[in-house]
Amino acid sequence: MKNTPFTKYHIELGARMAPFAGYNMPIEYSGINDEHVTVREKLGVFDVSHMGEVWVKGPKALDFIQTITSNNVAALFDGKVQYSCFPNDKGGIVDDLLVYRVNAETYLLVINAANIEKDWNWICEKGKMFGLTPGKELYNASDEIAQLAIQGPLALKAMQKLTSENVVDMEYYTFKKIPFAGIKEVIFSTTGYTGAGGCEIYCANEDADKLWKAVFEAGAEFGIKPIGLGARDTLRLEMGFCLYGHDINDTTSAIEAGLGWITKFVSDKNFISRDIWEKQKNEGPERSLKGFVMIDRGIPRQHYLIYDAQGNEIGEVTSGTMSPMSKRGIGMGYIKKGFWNDGAEIYIGIRDKKLKAKIVKPPFHMAKV
Amino acid sequence: MNVPSNLKYTKDHEWIKDEGNGMATVGVTDFAQSQLGDIVFVEIETQGETLAKEEVFGTIEAVKTVSDMFMPASGEVIEVNPKVTEQPDIVNKDPYGEGWMIKVKMTNPAELNDLLSADQYKEITNE
Repeated sequence: MKNTPFTKYHIELGARMAPFAGYNMPIEYSGINDEHVTVREKLGVFDVSHMGEVWVKGPKALDFIQTITSNNVAALFDGKVQYSCFPNDKGGIVDDLLVYRVNAETYLLVINAANIEKDWNWICEKGKMFGLTPGKELYNASDEIAQLAIQGPLALKAMQKLTSENVVDMEYYTFKKIPFAGIKEVIFSTTGYTGAGGCEIYCANEDADKLWKAVFEAGAEFGIKPIGLGARDTLRLEMGFCLYGHDINDTTSAIEAGLGWITKFVSDKNFISRDIWEKQKNEGPERSLKGFVMIDRGIPRQHYLIYDAQGNEIGEVTSGTMSPMSKRGIGMGYIKKGFWNDGAEIYIGIRDKKLKAKIVKPPFHMAKV
Repeated sequence: MNVPSNLKYTKDHEWIKDEGNGMATVGVTDFAQSQLGDIVFVEIETQGETLAKEEVFGTIEAVKTVSDMFMPASGEVIEVNPKVTEQPDIVNKDPYGEGWMIKVKMTNPAELNDLLSADQYKEITNE
């Protein structure tokens, strides 16, 4: 099992640790609910060093990324980030990712920890047709980069103390390479997986100690706390953000997953499985990933079945939890065509009962029941 | 970890307190609540039922996990603590006190002799 440069701090702080995607990661510190509320109301710090980073460089970089990802890379400008996914050649999803454009010939792809090896092999394989060579135009920097996500409404204000560059006014989903907390250069990115605002900061492993200490010192007056993977999951789920391996996988399409907004059928963009997804978009998918909130008391969990009012099976839950904000069960799942209208009542099979829920749009913790 | 010496324990992390006259109170241990983390849901719908030792009497859910709770001894579930369903985090705060789960009228109080003592339970929870 791998450690991140921050693992020692998690252990020192008494986090409950567990293996995740091959890394020794903190699951919780003060408790998932407390950490969750801290991020929604103030600010919290996640060690996300397990995430993978792949550089793509050279004159072929744009064409290559246009081919292997679903979003329109040509719409990016220097300093802009884009959420996207890698379609596989059977109309499924290899992974979801962020695409950073540093300049017209330099891109950073940020991928899921659990998929680093799979994605890297896929990227190298597909890079062959573009003459891209691993170690040259393609570079897997996953083991060299540390990353902290500082998330919450007070995150940017606190982080502003650590740099003379303006970060509080940065637009959502943009980034800068800046000197930060005495470190010569970090990538400061206004991205995140919580819907609470804030940033993600990438630095070299050797600068990680400096970053950790500075972030906690700067955040102390605002009530900063370390946050584990448990709250990371409940925060993303309240926002309806997909988690690879749960809500999306090798067999789900972006269209089914409600990711049509990151799937651009523009001219000059012949991405892998484009024909399959375009057909699906035009004809309408057979199933769709929808969010719901429980009306009856109960907590939906992955693999629980979804029923209509007559008791017919119409789908399956892919993610579920108790919302720490609304104290209601919330979840997402694939629902068969014809049953997924907003506001529709559905039933979740929880143990031996079918409990009523309602299809709603995210954020699920704000949904009216 | 708090393991009161006047209780008996199961390997599934329930405790049972002999209240005399065949009556007993059942809950989950301090170790269980600490391992589960924030407890957000407790469901016990077996009131009035007579259950055998090791049968499921209820379900306890943390943010990330669902666990069954098992009868430490056979008997009728005569009372369910309403507080644990209304305010599940009470189980985190006071697992042996206000966070008790059920009261049981035991059919065979001698079964208590087969359960773990506090010392034995401490041993199995020391990794």
